[in-house]
Amino acid sequence: MIETAAMICIGIGILFNTLGVVGILRFPDVYTRLHAETKMTTFGTIFLALGVILYAGGMLAGTNDSQYLTLAIHTAIVVIALAFTNATGSHAIARAAHRSGQLPDPSVVDRLMEVQKHD
Amino acid sequence: MIRFLATAIAAFVAYLFLTAGSGTIILWSEMELIIGFILAIIVGLASYRIICRSGSLRMANPVRLILLPVYAIIPLFIEMARANIDVAIRVITGKVRPGIVRVKTGMKTDLGMLLLANSITLTPGTLSVDVDDTTRELYVHLINVPDELRDKKVVDARELFSFFDIPGWIRRIAE
Repeated sequence: MIETAAMICIGIGILFNTLGVVGILRFPDVYTRLHAETKMTTFGTIFLALGVILYAGGMLAGTNDSQYLTLAIHTAIVVIALAFTNATGSHAIARAAHRSGQLPDPSVVDRLMEVQKHD
Repeated sequence: MIRFLATAIAAFVAYLFLTAGSGTIILWSEMELIIGFILAIIVGLASYRIICRSGSLRMANPVRLILLPVYAIIPLFIEMARANIDVAIRVITGKVRPGIVRVKTGMKTDLGMLLLANSITLTPGTLSVDVDDTTRELYVHLINVPDELRDKKVVDARELFSFFDIPGWIRRIAE
């Protein structure tokens, strides 16, 4: 039962990660590609980790072996670290891209461009 | 002194999380507790000037520490799910109207800015591009700019989210 739930979670995670990769290939410029990369992979990996945690919890209840507790906690730490570093890293890439003159194309409005012109 | 203690305790708790399930004293073995204690003192001495720069201990308040995971699990996760389904549909159909807007945050501390910028990056079709440190404004890239946001000069951070008052939550946690 719990293994089925873990498999469903892992399936959802792989689906979202795949869509993220497709997004990187399909979107037109660096910013929209970052959208696909950051959000989809973080969300997909959260589901992958959820599947692992569910599986580890089921094994912990079944066998009472403390290595599964370690596995679950380490996976939870991976999710926290990933959520922070993925968001921060994409912010750094977007900022560097804009500073080096890679403007969003196509775009309907660019307030940052207007500010940079003034100073 | 108080800055060193706060950093050392935080490092010790992080070490305990990493080594949970290693022994019999509740969950930890004797060796891990001793080594964790020594490492926490070293880390505290080495980094208290950086990690606890302002000397404010507001994050030691247990209410804030409980609110942080609650915030991450309920409002942030629901907003993330909505954003991901939205971006997934855009990946398949290829319909995008991107643009960069200027967002007023109203945050007073660096930690609040960090949490809000990361939440914006993870949630609804938005990506923080640049920060103005003096006015505490963010420049946010939107994958689909609605008409009413395009015409405004400065957007309030609340208008970026659809279900929850995320800036209010962050203000409660970090300020």
